[in-house]
Amino acid sequence: MKSSLLALSIALAVGLTVSACGDKKEGAAAGGNGPVKIGQSSPLTGPQAHIGKDNDNGARLAIDEINASKPVIGGKPVTFEVMSEDDQADPKTATIVAQRMVDAGIVGVIGHLNSGATIPAAKIYSDNNIPQISPSATAIKYTAQGFKTAYRVMTNDEQQGKVLGAYAAKLGKKVAIIDDQTAYGQGLAAEVEKAAKAAGAEVVAVEHTNDKASDFSAILTSIKGKAPDVIFFGGMDPQAAPINKQMRQLGMTAQLLGGDGMQTPKFIELAGADAEGAIASIPGLPLDKMPKGTDFKQKFEAKYGQIQLYAPYAYDAAYVMVDAMKRADSTDPAKYLPELAKTSYEGVTGKISFDAKGDLTSGPITLYKVQGGKWETLETVQP
Amino acid sequence: MNVLDTLTGKAKSRVWLTAALLLLGLVLLPFLVEASLGKSWVRIIDLALLYIMLALGLNIVVGYAGLLDLGYVAFYAVGAYCWALLASPQFGLNLPFWIILPAGAAIAALFGVLLGTPTLRLRGDYLAIVTLGFGEIIRIFINNLNAPINITNGPQGITLIEPMSIFGFSLGKTQDVLGLTLSSPHLYYYLFLLCVALVVFVCVRLENSRIGRAWVAIREDEMAAAAAGINTRNIKLLAFAMGATFGGLSGGLFASFQGFVSPESFNLMESIMILSMIVLGGMGNIPGVILGAILVTVIPEALRYTGDLQRVLFGQVYIDPADLRMLLFGIALVMMMLFRPAGLLPSKQRKREFAEDAA
Amino acid sequence: MDIFAQQLINGLVLGSVYALVALGYTLVYGILELINFAHGETTMMGSMIALAVIGALFGVAPDLPGIVIVLTGLLVAIPACMLLGYSIERVAYRPLRHAPRLAPLITAIGISIVLQNVAMLIWGKQYIAFPTTLLPQGRHEILGASITDVQIAILVLTVAIMAGLVILVNRTRLGRAMRATAQAPAVAQLMGVNVNAVISATFIIGSALAAIAGVMVSANYGQAHYYMGFLLGLKAFSAAVLGGIGNLAGAMLGGLLLGVIEALGAGYIGDLTGGFLGSHYQDIFAFMVLILVLTLKPSGLLGSKSVERA
Repeated sequence: MKSSLLALSIALAVGLTVSACGDKKEGAAAGGNGPVKIGQSSPLTGPQAHIGKDNDNGARLAIDEINASKPVIGGKPVTFEVMSEDDQADPKTATIVAQRMVDAGIVGVIGHLNSGATIPAAKIYSDNNIPQISPSATAIKYTAQGFKTAYRVMTNDEQQGKVLGAYAAKLGKKVAIIDDQTAYGQGLAAEVEKAAKAAGAEVVAVEHTNDKASDFSAILTSIKGKAPDVIFFGGMDPQAAPINKQMRQLGMTAQLLGGDGMQTPKFIELAGADAEGAIASIPGLPLDKMPKGTDFKQKFEAKYGQIQLYAPYAYDAAYVMVDAMKRADSTDPAKYLPELAKTSYEGVTGKISFDAKGDLTSGPITLYKVQGGKWETLETVQP
Repeated sequence: MNVLDTLTGKAKSRVWLTAALLLLGLVLLPFLVEASLGKSWVRIIDLALLYIMLALGLNIVVGYAGLLDLGYVAFYAVGAYCWALLASPQFGLNLPFWIILPAGAAIAALFGVLLGTPTLRLRGDYLAIVTLGFGEIIRIFINNLNAPINITNGPQGITLIEPMSIFGFSLGKTQDVLGLTLSSPHLYYYLFLLCVALVVFVCVRLENSRIGRAWVAIREDEMAAAAAGINTRNIKLLAFAMGATFGGLSGGLFASFQGFVSPESFNLMESIMILSMIVLGGMGNIPGVILGAILVTVIPEALRYTGDLQRVLFGQVYIDPADLRMLLFGIALVMMMLFRPAGLLPSKQRKREFAEDAA
Repeated sequence: MDIFAQQLINGLVLGSVYALVALGYTLVYGILELINFAHGETTMMGSMIALAVIGALFGVAPDLPGIVIVLTGLLVAIPACMLLGYSIERVAYRPLRHAPRLAPLITAIGISIVLQNVAMLIWGKQYIAFPTTLLPQGRHEILGASITDVQIAILVLTVAIMAGLVILVNRTRLGRAMRATAQAPAVAQLMGVNVNAVISATFIIGSALAAIAGVMVSANYGQAHYYMGFLLGLKAFSAAVLGGIGNLAGAMLGGLLLGVIEALGAGYIGDLTGGFLGSHYQDIFAFMVLILVLTLKPSGLLGSKSVERA
């Protein structure tokens, strides 16, 4: 019995010392003088890995440039370091990597990519008072949770949906809507439907599919019977392309319209010649219209190759974060968070400022059309 | 107790000592883990505990009663959504946990019976496919029930779910207990540990009960079991209901822990993962199932480091750790069935059966 | 009326693919009473291999007639899938032929996961485009409904393959051995039938059909993906059950029927239920059919003789 008591007390003592050390380590990470860590999280594996890596590259390019400019914050020279974590586009994994980055003492986060991952992770950043700027989450709910730390440099579904809905109504009086029943596709399609109706168009059909489907002939045939002028699709390129193809197979001549999930080179590759004439939007201004845009494009392509999708937004997010730190003259999250709210920054994707919820105020949206096998700028809509 | 009675006094105290040390180790585990690996690993351990509950629940259906269920995640989803709907701004409700958890478990059990009834006559692979279909149907419904009446909020999921609060003591924020500062993952750890202990207790008692023996009898030979006077219909339904209950319970805990649920968390892969926990660990054997659940949850996290390793060794990442994980699981499933079909820690009975079959 | 005709054509094209894949399930089940879960993945591999060959050939010799390039891809994919099917049976099923029921089912799931991930490692996670310009692009109007050349080819090819298979099973030595093995393997063995060879042959034939189905799918939809086999396999299995598993004509009928049910269901469910249920429930039809058939008439529409296990 004696020995068991001894073992027990030793174990307890060890446990307590170790946990006490743990506390110390955390304290040291926050106030240390090593590089200041900025977190970045997106799916780096899985089907969206190429888009996730693109975010990572965008953030890294910005941080490399900032470091090269030898910033001085709070009277001390500061170097930043990007800590990248793979959230696999999975809500559960997102909370784990969020916790891991918080443990590592990050002072802010660029991420995550998907709304589904961004929303649950936002709670952890908020609990630990770490500012978060998502370059690409569009779900309205992300900033509607009431967290002071949640920001985005991307328009939300409502903002983009309004423009697309109004544009659909401009293209034709009868609009049909298809969505892929994912958080992104359904969220955007619902807003487009509202906006199209508000703009006086008649929504003749609302059909749904899923993000694994490849046969859309049944729903397209049903839509064909209602003779729409425009078909809006809320979803990603692997579904948008066969929808486009099958519309032509069925002899449909309606205009296909989509959101940023469709505005990719892959869409044109998959849909082939049928892609010609399709229109899709992407938030922000076209890079070549922005003062720093072409410059960014050149630098990015020299280093990482073609821009996939959201790299410019991740790049802007990183600059916006450091900009707030400079104005607060501190890398302490508690000090620079109030400055982040007051952001007014000229980024490569447009002018960035936030409303009370952390959403982008008045983001422009640019429409593109497939012409000669390439996405060509059609027009930029100011909301 | 009879095992203990047969031991000598010294051996008896050794058993108690082991138990006490084990308990102490489990109590201290989150602190040790946080100190050595960081707080994110406490979260991983919390999830591992949830999966232990799920695996033990599925083990009742698959391991004891021998009914291959590939749609188990449906019950997990039902429990999670039950909590999410009753304790979130979705309907403006915030009911206490002692209503929601039992309600979630009960509704899951009801779904278990609902699935069990039409499939009673099916056996083996047919049952597997039908349960798979059932799991997908539940997921598709949850994903689509945002229109015309918004119930589940569809693919957007439900946010701002209330954390577990035990009579005013919230597990969702950092609390001071007896001079120790415990953060939310730590608090959930102790709750989940308690729940796992409860589930293990129920499983052990079931295993050695009339019901447990009836399940085994049905698994071995349904016809003979019926001839021996076992009401096979009720006993099979009971297996489905019990398994579903644990699924519903874990689902509720998951929703409260995560604060956000969306249909993508309840896909077929999740069912297959839970099944592989049982298969790898040892079907029908509680310690085996627990081991399987821990391995399947922790290995993918550990595999993350292989990315860094590859970078060090080859200068770049050739195989994404996440891809490696699935590939390894696939290979492990095949290899286990071929070379160690009873699992890593097989139950005595299973071991015997497989030995007979091989002979 | 033209809409109904169009949905019927949509359903028949979709159903032809289900039918070809369902034949693979039914052949194996008829003989081994085993659901070859990895069959959907064999279809995917067929599609991917064919696309890889087509892409390479198109790159080397773009002047060849498109149809030759596609046929070459198909002719490489078929033997490759035959080999794959043979290996799957040898590695994952044969050692477990006398093991408890759960064992081969779990290895089948394992093999399925392995094949998906291997395909993902080889061909990447993105969708791969099928160069559709290689095939005739004609479109015809029948009864106010439109159908493409590729779709006509799919329908014709499916019927031809089906007829060939019926002849193979009913008129040849191999077919007789297959039927004997299905009825009583032990007796067949005593009568001098090499049961193992027959089982291998069954897997090989089923895999060849899967390869053809895979190429059809990617030619029709213009793309392929490592995940495409899974749901396709499940639906084809449902089709086989609907028609009566173990029955060749049943698989064909079940496949076509399921395709039509899905097309009509997705097309009309919204209007029929007043918008309460929509086309997003398209994927549950297969599962509903499966559950209904198994609980109400487990032997399927054209029930085969030995379905005592259902």
